[in-house]
Amino acid sequence: MVSLAQRPLTSAETIGYGAIGLAAFLALWSALSLTGLVPRQFLPGPLEVVSRMVHLVGSPFAGATLPQHLASSFLRFAYGFALGAVVGIPLGLLMGWFRWLDDIVTPIFDGLRFIAPIAWVPFAALWFGTGVGGPILIIFAGAFPPCLINAYRGARFVSRPLIEAAQMLGTPSRRVITEVLLPASLPSIVAGLRVSAGLGWQSLIGAELIVASTGVGFMMVQAQLNISTATVMAGMLAIGLVGLLIDVGLRQVEGAVRRRRGLQ
Amino acid sequence: MDAIRFDGVHKAFRRAGIDFVALEKVDLAIAPQEFVAIVGPSGCGKTTCLRMAAGFEFPTSGEVTVDGRIVTAPGPDRAVVFQQFALFPWKTVFENIELGLRNKGVPKAERGDRVAEAIALMNLQGYETAFPHQLSGGMQQRVAIARAYVLDPDVLLMDEPFGALDAQTRVVMQEELVRLARRNPRTVLFITHSVEEAVYLADRVAVMTRRPGRIKEVINVKPVRVAEHWDDHARIEDVMDLESFVHLRTRIWKSLRDEKGSQDR
Ligand SMILES: Nc1ncnc2c1ncn2[C@@H]1O[C@H](COP(=O)(O)OP(=O)(O)OP(=O)(O)O)[C@@H](O)[C@H]1O
Ligand SMILES: [Mg+2]
Repeated sequence: MVSLAQRPLTSAETIGYGAIGLAAFLALWSALSLTGLVPRQFLPGPLEVVSRMVHLVGSPFAGATLPQHLASSFLRFAYGFALGAVVGIPLGLLMGWFRWLDDIVTPIFDGLRFIAPIAWVPFAALWFGTGVGGPILIIFAGAFPPCLINAYRGARFVSRPLIEAAQMLGTPSRRVITEVLLPASLPSIVAGLRVSAGLGWQSLIGAELIVASTGVGFMMVQAQLNISTATVMAGMLAIGLVGLLIDVGLRQVEGAVRRRRGLQ
Repeated sequence: MDAIRFDGVHKAFRRAGIDFVALEKVDLAIAPQEFVAIVGPSGCGKTTCLRMAAGFEFPTSGEVTVDGRIVTAPGPDRAVVFQQFALFPWKTVFENIELGLRNKGVPKAERGDRVAEAIALMNLQGYETAFPHQLSGGMQQRVAIARAYVLDPDVLLMDEPFGALDAQTRVVMQEELVRLARRNPRTVLFITHSVEEAVYLADRVAVMTRRPGRIKEVINVKPVRVAEHWDDHARIEDVMDLESFVHLRTRIWKSLRDEKGSQDR
């Protein structure tokens, strides 16, 4: 075991071990549900969930097919995530550059950021309704902090000589932000975007469980009311898969940025 | 009027709650278009002097003036070649060298010409689109030098600019710098650890004491260089063989050596 831990694994080995883990998980799941150890109502088996999912792709449940629910969820997510990035990144950079802004924002930010996004649900619904606006606020609450924190850290820890070099080359103070702070922070910012997307996507589903009239979360609540546990699980599976896709996409972006910078 | 003046400059850094004296009463006047080299033991405050002329650091007491005005901020009239290069890792070689000209509002076509010229001067042809991390240390240093040269500044502040170069490239750069300095003289403050380099390049060589740094003595090289016709020799090794060169080098070497000797404590 020791020698295995010290030797870097080949990609075939990595995939192999991954497959073993997944197979074990599926076997345990099947065993629990198929043997009747756990009643089917409590835990539908993997095959049942997948076939339910395939069924949902073609036929509507709770007013829409699964792809339609997913599209509506994703759109909300995209708005909230974009809003978090558009507000969080510039604000973080500016806080990293102007100490006074840092001093103004940090206490407020630190006070608010430990409130789980889901806790905003009542006010989100009250202020912006349960259609598009409310859920966007909740995603924003999840996506915004990592954007801000990573942009801030990136800007705050830019190597001093780079700022000095820009100043010596006659870059006006304002433009140092776009010319140096932003590009220097980019690796940190894209890492933040990945965290932010994950949190935003999680928060969205949470929000949809409570508010909204479309979306995967809404579909799952309706399924729960109908005691269709396979539908609930199909929803969970869909959430996991889309979340994974979002992360894979952003990981590509992160990899591209880091490679261009010679960081890997 | 002097191009750069240090008048009774005292510099203390506050570290872990105690003042730490880096420079103690530095006086030095550099005439316009004069090339002054500073040599001194490591940590004696050479970089600190240069950073004050650049406007990155300010004296605790005393004054640093450039062109008769107290230095308050960095600016493109005083191009800096940093000891650690400080290239922008997200910019190509071309873009790194171009930034200063862009900031000045130089038109694009002229920028292209001037950057190409600086790239040719530094022997970096073919690397225009490379990123700094794809270059060797010596090449990065040449980009940093090109970035300063291209601005055609009144004052050049160079902090061990040839430190990361191999011996051959270093010699080429030194000869090139001498040619440039003779053809198109400008004020240069040049920091180096190499006594030969200082004597070969500079009009005057300032020797600093160990920390807290002061200017111990200033050796006037230019009259000797002119009288002995150093510039008639195209190659550095021919100059280094001259008796007048060896004499000056030995004198500075001894002066430095006394400093290093007294460092034991
Ligand atoms: N920002 C700083 N904070 C605290 N101390 C500093 C700071 N900058 C420089 N010093 C101290 O001041 C002294 C002079 O530093 P400086 O970098 O000017 O030396 P130097 O002569 O350039 O040395 P070297 O030849 O090794 O480059 C050093 O002892 C260093 O520790
Ligand atoms: Mg130094």
